[in-house]
Amino acid sequence: MSAVLAPVLATHPDDVFELHPAERLRAPGPAHWLGTDRMGADVYSRLLFGARITILIGVIAVGASLLVGVPIGLVAGYYHGWFSDLLMRVSDVFLAVPQVVLAIAIAQTLGPSLPNVILALSATYWPWFARVVYAETRTLQKEVFVESTAALGASPWRLTALHVLPNIASPIIVRASIGMGFTILTAAALGFLGLGPPPPTPEWGRTIAESREFLPDAWWYATAPGLAIFLTVMGFNLLGDGLRDVLDPRLRRSRTAR
Amino acid sequence: MTELLSVRGLSVDFVTDGGVAQVLDGINLDVGPGEVVGLVGESGCGKTTLARAILGILPTGAARIRGGEVRFKGVDLLREDPAAVNDRVRGRAITFIPQDPYTSFSPVFPVQTQIMDLMKWKSPRADNGGGARSPFRRYPRERWRADREAVLETLRAVQIPEPTRALRRLPHEFSGGQRQRLMIAMALLPQPDLIIADEPTTSLDVTIQAQILRLLRALVKQRGVSVLFTTHDLGTAHEICDRVVVMYAGQEMEAAPATAFFARAAHPYTRRLLASVPSPGGEIRDIPGEVPSLIAPPSGCRFHPRCDYATAECREGRPAPRTLAPEHGVRCYHPVDAPIGADG
Amino acid sequence: MRLLALALYRLVWFVPTLLGLLVVTFVISRVIPADPVALVAGETATPAQVEALRRELGYDRPLPVQFVDYVARLVRGDMGTSIFTRRPIAEDLAHRLPATIELTVVAMVVSVLVGIPLGVLSALWRNSLLDHALRVVTVSGLAIASFWLGIMLQLLFAMRLGWTPLNGRLQGFPPRTITGFYLLDAALTGDWPTFGMALLHLALPAATLAFPALATLVRFTRAGVLDVMQSNFVLYERAMGLPRSVIVWKYMLRSALTSTVTQIGLLFGILLAGAVVTEAVFDWPGIGTYAVNSILRSDYNAVMGFTVWAGTIFIVVNLLVDVAHTLVDPRERTL
Repeated sequence: MSAVLAPVLATHPDDVFELHPAERLRAPGPAHWLGTDRMGADVYSRLLFGARITILIGVIAVGASLLVGVPIGLVAGYYHGWFSDLLMRVSDVFLAVPQVVLAIAIAQTLGPSLPNVILALSATYWPWFARVVYAETRTLQKEVFVESTAALGASPWRLTALHVLPNIASPIIVRASIGMGFTILTAAALGFLGLGPPPPTPEWGRTIAESREFLPDAWWYATAPGLAIFLTVMGFNLLGDGLRDVLDPRLRRSRTAR
Repeated sequence: MTELLSVRGLSVDFVTDGGVAQVLDGINLDVGPGEVVGLVGESGCGKTTLARAILGILPTGAARIRGGEVRFKGVDLLREDPAAVNDRVRGRAITFIPQDPYTSFSPVFPVQTQIMDLMKWKSPRADNGGGARSPFRRYPRERWRADREAVLETLRAVQIPEPTRALRRLPHEFSGGQRQRLMIAMALLPQPDLIIADEPTTSLDVTIQAQILRLLRALVKQRGVSVLFTTHDLGTAHEICDRVVVMYAGQEMEAAPATAFFARAAHPYTRRLLASVPSPGGEIRDIPGEVPSLIAPPSGCRFHPRCDYATAECREGRPAPRTLAPEHGVRCYHPVDAPIGADG
Repeated sequence: MRLLALALYRLVWFVPTLLGLLVVTFVISRVIPADPVALVAGETATPAQVEALRRELGYDRPLPVQFVDYVARLVRGDMGTSIFTRRPIAEDLAHRLPATIELTVVAMVVSVLVGIPLGVLSALWRNSLLDHALRVVTVSGLAIASFWLGIMLQLLFAMRLGWTPLNGRLQGFPPRTITGFYLLDAALTGDWPTFGMALLHLALPAATLAFPALATLVRFTRAGVLDVMQSNFVLYERAMGLPRSVIVWKYMLRSALTSTVTQIGLLFGILLAGAVVTEAVFDWPGIGTYAVNSILRSDYNAVMGFTVWAGTIFIVVNLLVDVAHTLVDPRERTL
């Protein structure tokens, strides 16, 4: 919400990319709600613009993971044979390595930029969708109505589009919501490590890295973006939990950490 | 007759989402020394709740005891110090045989660990004085040897082959019947006065049921242990019980020695129940009407809405116990005095 | 013997997974970049140097040949040379590994020793004040950015209160090297002042690293215990009057742990991934800081070496967890 409305809500929208050396590192006050940073920019306004970037990264990365992971999961789940096994083994390999580590390798190879961060995150998150979709498709195949529709001679594509996909939508939505939170955390970590979009982009992870040299005096500078990450990720996690409870009571107990 | 266990006016409520369910309503029940008493009733009539109330292991939070007493050897267990009950009564003077032998063992420990843990605290040789509740309590070597001998002997008595090797195995390596034999052994080992067996054969195959029932009856008779045996199956009750108590919707209806029960039951519900058992040549008759809700139970005798003999007084108040013959009591205003089958 | 067979069986799956990891890193480092040699050579290399390096590394040969060569080198422990330290990367990483393992293991131990009992209590006293407080911990543990948590801890405990050192592994001389783990070495040589200092340096990074793992553990243990509480064997043990402490801490905990142990592999992933950023925050001289410094210096081979290394450790740990799971849950022992 606040990400979309950033230009309206921001108290000092021009500050985001401009310099005000005279107002460097001011403590929070009426003029600057969350203080100012090393360039004299309003931290609060930069946060709001940072939110847009963060949400953008999350949405595109999760969207791309969906586009890759869901078809792979469907194909691997629908057909039985060596090709399905191969697909799932490949996704297992991706799952076998911590996401941050793989994302570091990819982001470093491609160089730090916004599209590359998104690419690195998508390349490491798709196996989660493949996993979920694969498992759900396999379970669904055993159900009577899918079997009977197949027996009636429906084509695999028609069967998938009309019967399988709608039935596995809920776990996908839940996974996507949790994935948003996780992707945002990883993106912030990449930004912090210097693999995110280059300055002057007000990306949260980078902002925290920049703020460290001004500690402990400019405490607001480091605190604010961290809280922003925390609240955003928690929002998506709670949304995921809530959606799970509403859409899929079966899954209530089996939550994984990622 | 001096009773071993004497339940008087026991009422238990369950707090549920739909309201407060009156699961037990003023239950009276007696078990004499060395007596095998069958507690018979349909599913949901409160037998298991009664068994758990006597043991003092009703689900905390949901269940509330509204009134009554559970006298065991003259002591009211409901008003006794709970810690003392746990140390000296539960697992010691009163033991338990569960309904489902498949899941009543922890799946991750060998049988020996589970039996010896029981013996560590509940063996007749254990001294339950100070420190008895400490998880770090020592298990004296001498006593461990003696207890283990007793365990092996009891396992032989319940016909577990190769008891020493059996102890090393995990629960899932035993069949259901063997696991129930182990449960019987564990119920006997503390040398209790009373065993509460909650539908112990329901989850077993029919052929194994009969074996286990005969074994249980032989062992308790030989040792003079009393048993309170819940079951929904009249055949099972017939096989094992000295006396039968019938429950319906949280009230006890009739109590009689087994022979009198199966020949001349007097309560209309009991007679309906006996008539609903399929017998060769006879027709199966179910009981008309529905099992009542326990959240808003019928007033008076809870069977009255389904009873052919019901009158106004049945609605107004619950009939007091009345004795028809020695040890044959019934709570009904209109007991039927006729042999079973005579009322058609 | 059955356990050995099982370990071998898991090992059979281990090899293709590891090979898969190598394919992935190979593709990332050799196929995706426009000119992989330029990346390896670094930003300062001249075109002539790049060409020389290309022939030297064999990057001018066909990709399958390159892959075989790549795997063969890794098997020999050759990850190339760092352009910054001018030393073999495998050597650099091995040198720094004890610091990372010390940090990770301490964090793991802390989260297990604190998280599991808290999870049990949270389940036993459901809806108590403690349970609600722990729910806040578990929700925030999965949402907090660990590098930010580390900075906040530094701000409070090191900068404002001055209770702990700001960063680093030790000030002054390290204890005599026996294992490379400072805590262990100091304890073995009886150097207790150094032991205390090392512990103080560990406090903040270990706490930072342990927090998300702790949150996960509390959550899973709580769910596991709540599940077990409903089980018939607990009812049976209560009916037989076993002491409550024995039922809870022996029988219930052991059953609840079977599901928690499977989570420890996942947990180690969280810890290892967290170690990279946590080490960067606290300037901890482990492989995470090495990776971050290599990123900043565009030391490409070093970053890829770290990826292979970290991925391998992670796969090995998961293998060990699989075996441990069969130890905890005897039902798993049948193949």
